[in-house]
Amino acid sequence: MTVEDMKVGRGGFPWRIRVEQRLVRPRWVSAIVPVLSIVLGLLTGALLIWANGVDPVAAYVAMAKGAFGSKYALGETLVKTIPLILAGLGVSLAFRMQLWNIGAEGQLHMGAIAAGGIALFLPQKFPQIQPWMWLVIITAAGFAAGALWALIPGALKAYLNVNEIITTLMLNYVAILWVDYLVNVPWKDPASLGFPLTAVFPRELWLPRTPGLFFLTPRHRVHLGLLFGIIAAILLYVFVTRSKWGFEVDVIGRNQKAARYAGMRIARNVLIVMAISGGLAGVAGMAEVMGIIHRLQHQISPGYGYTAIIIAWLAKLHPLVLPVVAFLFGALLVAGDQLQISMGLPVAVSFILQGLILFFVLGGEILSYYTLRIERVSS
Amino acid sequence: MDWVFISATLIAAIRAGTPILYATIGEIFAERAGVLNLGVEGMMLMGAVSGFIVGLKTGSPWVGALAAMLVGGLMSLIHAFVSITLRGDQVVSGLALTLFGSGLSALVGKPYVGVPGVRFTAWKIPLLSRIPFLGEVLFQRDPLVYFSFLLFPLAWYFIFKTRPGLHLRAVGEDPATADAAGINVFKLRYLYTFIGGMLAGLGGATISLSYTPGWIEGMTAGRGWIAVGLVIFAFWDPLRAALGSYLFGGVNSLQFGLQTKGVTIPIYFLQMMPYLFTILVLIFATQERVRRRVGAPAALGIPYVRGER
Repeated sequence: MTVEDMKVGRGGFPWRIRVEQRLVRPRWVSAIVPVLSIVLGLLTGALLIWANGVDPVAAYVAMAKGAFGSKYALGETLVKTIPLILAGLGVSLAFRMQLWNIGAEGQLHMGAIAAGGIALFLPQKFPQIQPWMWLVIITAAGFAAGALWALIPGALKAYLNVNEIITTLMLNYVAILWVDYLVNVPWKDPASLGFPLTAVFPRELWLPRTPGLFFLTPRHRVHLGLLFGIIAAILLYVFVTRSKWGFEVDVIGRNQKAARYAGMRIARNVLIVMAISGGLAGVAGMAEVMGIIHRLQHQISPGYGYTAIIIAWLAKLHPLVLPVVAFLFGALLVAGDQLQISMGLPVAVSFILQGLILFFVLGGEILSYYTLRIERVSS
Repeated sequence: MDWVFISATLIAAIRAGTPILYATIGEIFAERAGVLNLGVEGMMLMGAVSGFIVGLKTGSPWVGALAAMLVGGLMSLIHAFVSITLRGDQVVSGLALTLFGSGLSALVGKPYVGVPGVRFTAWKIPLLSRIPFLGEVLFQRDPLVYFSFLLFPLAWYFIFKTRPGLHLRAVGEDPATADAAGINVFKLRYLYTFIGGMLAGLGGATISLSYTPGWIEGMTAGRGWIAVGLVIFAFWDPLRAALGSYLFGGVNSLQFGLQTKGVTIPIYFLQMMPYLFTILVLIFATQERVRRRVGAPAALGIPYVRGER
């Protein structure tokens, strides 16, 4: 145990502050760190917003109103929560194994491409297939596309030990360029007046809206993706905490050598985890285009895949805590949109807040293992 | 052979490679000291925006470039504090820095999007610039390019041939032993993380003051991440970093060359090339590393705690 003394008690002052490592961290401490981090992140963000000549109080009021101010706003926050839950779950699974999948953004785009490609072209060729079956097919395709995209860096990691941080990240740019190519060239809607858009998907293929929950307005946009997210969270929780496979993932994440000695197959697990991780992000992309945008276009995601990383971290990779955190960040994204609409600030401002919150969580995590003790100097 | 095409491609390769070269050498310094900083993209963006704004306000690209270095350095100190002092996870802290930097640069730069600013102009080096072919390619560039020509051999010499360079490597390979030998591990890690940030900032300013003068949100387009990848390709060696950066610049500029040659590949695929190239280069570098047994600095990404082994 390291004990560091901060001698405040110079010059005969009879008290001093000792910084001491905690042996046991009380529960309330680990609960308060994320909350405090969000508060501190927002406060520091306010300073930066103010330094740029914008009234931070007005900005935050606009943000709060935009995210929670009405039944419609609440619905929009839920809408943004959906891709964040799905992508966040995927990222958190990979992180459990210390597999740094930073590529959720690209995997999400690939899921959107697969879903869009099917929705645009296949139903007219196979009119005998029922819409609900298309729903199943499209969801599966979204998962498969995200999984395959993630398997590229996954295989490179598993067999050639190529750093997955860089490869997953590079593939984000490639995936986004694929979407740009498709919506600008082969899949472009001739009636789009030159905008990079595909035609709107057939209406019967749109992801159905959830029933009008009591807190939503009738014209809410919350769709079935929410259910997918919640089911995925529960399934992942069960697998991660109750199955042998979940145990293996944890052991590999904590100590690869020990896992290897125990006979766990690491390469195989890297592939499985990357596939599921990317697949969940792919479903997120599928849900976003089939449930909200209803077409492919340039800019499908305001960085859901990156926000997912923070959410996973804040939720401490816990699948059941994650949806709650995702909801908070969904609010932050809606609030960011509001800032753009009402105050003309760039959407990326929400990245400032996200980055700051992450810093505070990291710092707070460490600091919470220490405690200050004021004690009398015995001389 | 078509000399005009070749020299144009080489010039474009150098111009496109220079920003990455700065960032890559900066990250080499940080990683050699054992600090993995994934915030390069964020620091470059902040460097690009502050270099542009300060250049515009003062009317001098030189002051702009210095400001960019300072801002990049300050950004890196956040990461240094979280990862060196608080011993937080370096991967996550670096990601946070990138997010923070891309958001803050967008906010700060908002009023300057599309505003014409200042830029570095080319200096023709007397005599040398008149060498046929080589003179045009190498010695009719702007000062930021010349500085990078000086920097990479100097960085190599510093890291591998000087005493402070030895200390730098020691801190990244075996901090406990370095500490026992009387080297201040914490101080050096802070110092080289800061230098890494300054060079990333300068790399950003090279984009906004020289390569494509002006400011657009997110204008580094992943170059910070490519630099992190090139560090691995470079085996943490500035000379190989130069090779990688100019190769990257060549691939990057080839897209324009091909277009002028009338090759009709959709632009989106040409734009993918640098990213795919980075992945490819990483695969080969990883294989070569295994063969030649070159490892990353042994203590890379691991916080140093005194008294723990």
